[in-house]
Amino acid sequence: MTLRSAWRKSLNFVMLSLTGVCALITVSVLIVILGYLAWNGGTSLHWSFFTNLPAPVGETGGGIANAIVGSAKLLLLAAVIGIPIGLLGAIYLAEYASPLPAFVIRYSADLLNGVPSIVIGIFAWTIVVVPMHSFSALAGGFALGVMMVPIILRSSEEFLRTVPRSLREGAMALGTSKWRTIATVVVPAASGGILTAILLSLSRVAGETAPLLFTAFGDRFWNHGWKEPIASLPVVIYTYAVGPYDDWHRQAWAAGLVLLGLVLVTNLVCRGLLSRQATQQR
Amino acid sequence: MGATSTTAGPAGVGWHPQALLRRLRSGDAIAHTVTLIFAATILLITVLLVFQLWVHSGPSRAKFGWNFLRTSTWDPVFDNYGALAFLYGTVVTTLVSLTIAIPLGLGAAIFLAELAPPKLSAGLSYVIDLLAAVPSVIYGLLAVFTLVPLMSKTVEPFLKHKFGFLPIFKGPAYGVGFLTAGLVLSVMITPYIVSVSREVLLSVPADQREAALSLGATRWETTWKVVVPYARSGIMGSVFLSMARALGETMAVTMVIGNTPQISASLFSSGYTIAAVIANEFTEATGDLYLSALIELGLVLFLLTFILNGIAQLMLMASESRGGGGQRG
Repeated sequence: MTLRSAWRKSLNFVMLSLTGVCALITVSVLIVILGYLAWNGGTSLHWSFFTNLPAPVGETGGGIANAIVGSAKLLLLAAVIGIPIGLLGAIYLAEYASPLPAFVIRYSADLLNGVPSIVIGIFAWTIVVVPMHSFSALAGGFALGVMMVPIILRSSEEFLRTVPRSLREGAMALGTSKWRTIATVVVPAASGGILTAILLSLSRVAGETAPLLFTAFGDRFWNHGWKEPIASLPVVIYTYAVGPYDDWHRQAWAAGLVLLGLVLVTNLVCRGLLSRQATQQR
Repeated sequence: MGATSTTAGPAGVGWHPQALLRRLRSGDAIAHTVTLIFAATILLITVLLVFQLWVHSGPSRAKFGWNFLRTSTWDPVFDNYGALAFLYGTVVTTLVSLTIAIPLGLGAAIFLAELAPPKLSAGLSYVIDLLAAVPSVIYGLLAVFTLVPLMSKTVEPFLKHKFGFLPIFKGPAYGVGFLTAGLVLSVMITPYIVSVSREVLLSVPADQREAALSLGATRWETTWKVVVPYARSGIMGSVFLSMARALGETMAVTMVIGNTPQISASLFSSGYTIAAVIANEFTEATGDLYLSALIELGLVLFLLTFILNGIAQLMLMASESRGGGGQRG
């Protein structure tokens, strides 16, 4: 009896400690990633890294200015496609839809959300690159925009649904039509949540590489148009990391630090805002 | 999909000019239709995606039929394509990643849901959610420069020395290959398993735990024999969800898999996955059949993730209807 209870107690202790170890390992991965990137990339971060074009292949030095601007342009395009569809679709789901169409649209959004990003890249290639006969910023932006739609749709719908019924009824009682109620009362009430959802979805697609490989392609120079191939941060990191030059590897680390910094800071800010809103509502 | 007519409005009246005018003036019919059009766009995109994959993979499907999935020749020179080696690589890397990520993720989820004080649990979950936001190319970057050397110099020789009698740990250790790719994938999918499983575990009613504890069960026995079985379907859902992620993961795998289309029992040998071959060869593909074969690979990948995500949704729905909670989407 005592032997058995000692065994049960020690098993309890060992297994519970092991779960703690699992949590520790999982969390320490982030610290390792951040530490390694800061260690390897920090030394290459000079002002010129942000303002210069890439050096000719084989020469050392140069920067990633065109990739930063390129990523910004791609994100702008993605926002132009993703925000209206996602947001208006969410308004339809939360305010107008009857159960069957709502189910169909939610289901297709979930399906789209689960599609691997490389397959989204193929899709954008068939829709934009094939008719235009060229890789382009438009194609890359389209691919990222398609990825943003389901993320914005589902989270905006959640936020619209958290707007209290009494607010709507108050507006309706004053004789306001339904769409005016939505536009002037419901959406503004949910706007904080929706904005953070949009920011989070932008930070999510900002790091996507796979759908850009054969849509936006990449470029080593400035590009002012929308119909030409364009450089982007994630593709530059990939190209430099698998490339043969030591200097490229150094720059890949630095660009990785920049990208991860942008993504993590956006995430931290958004989550901070969201939790503050949540406490305010209570 | 094309249901954009105004009769879809809630009032649904006929074509009396005055009634129409009244509805237009209030603007509700218009707002309803506009939002419906945008919502329908999502359905349109999804349908179009499947349609495009199907049409553009046409030449390859017509030429190879089911043999595409049964043969492993991948020969652009003679225009002969079979996907078996890529399928094998995808499945093996996913299985390796799950072998590591399931115990690790479930262990961490149990710690966060059952043991950790609320503040610690919230803080750690926050960090784990951040991990899920790290772009895949960053994982690839770290893997190429730190994990690959570590694997080839330390881990793989060690495994070979200790477990070399197993066929999965034979052959030369280059550092790149199934094992390394699976390891990177496991790091990437663990956050998903942790956050979904944690939600599911937290939604298990407290009286289940109290009943077991009051019968004299230890904390671990309560967790393992009562809480985890109760949350089983939700946990399985999280596993299928992360399996779908692992299958479709591209960049990190492309950077460490070695990019050789071969079927080998050894986890040390280099291989290739569906996503990686699309990423590497798509821009270089010359010839319609070559492109079409790559797009058919995309179709296969789409179908695989579609099925796995479907199973995951069903399991999470089952767990939600049972004890509330679980995570949607």
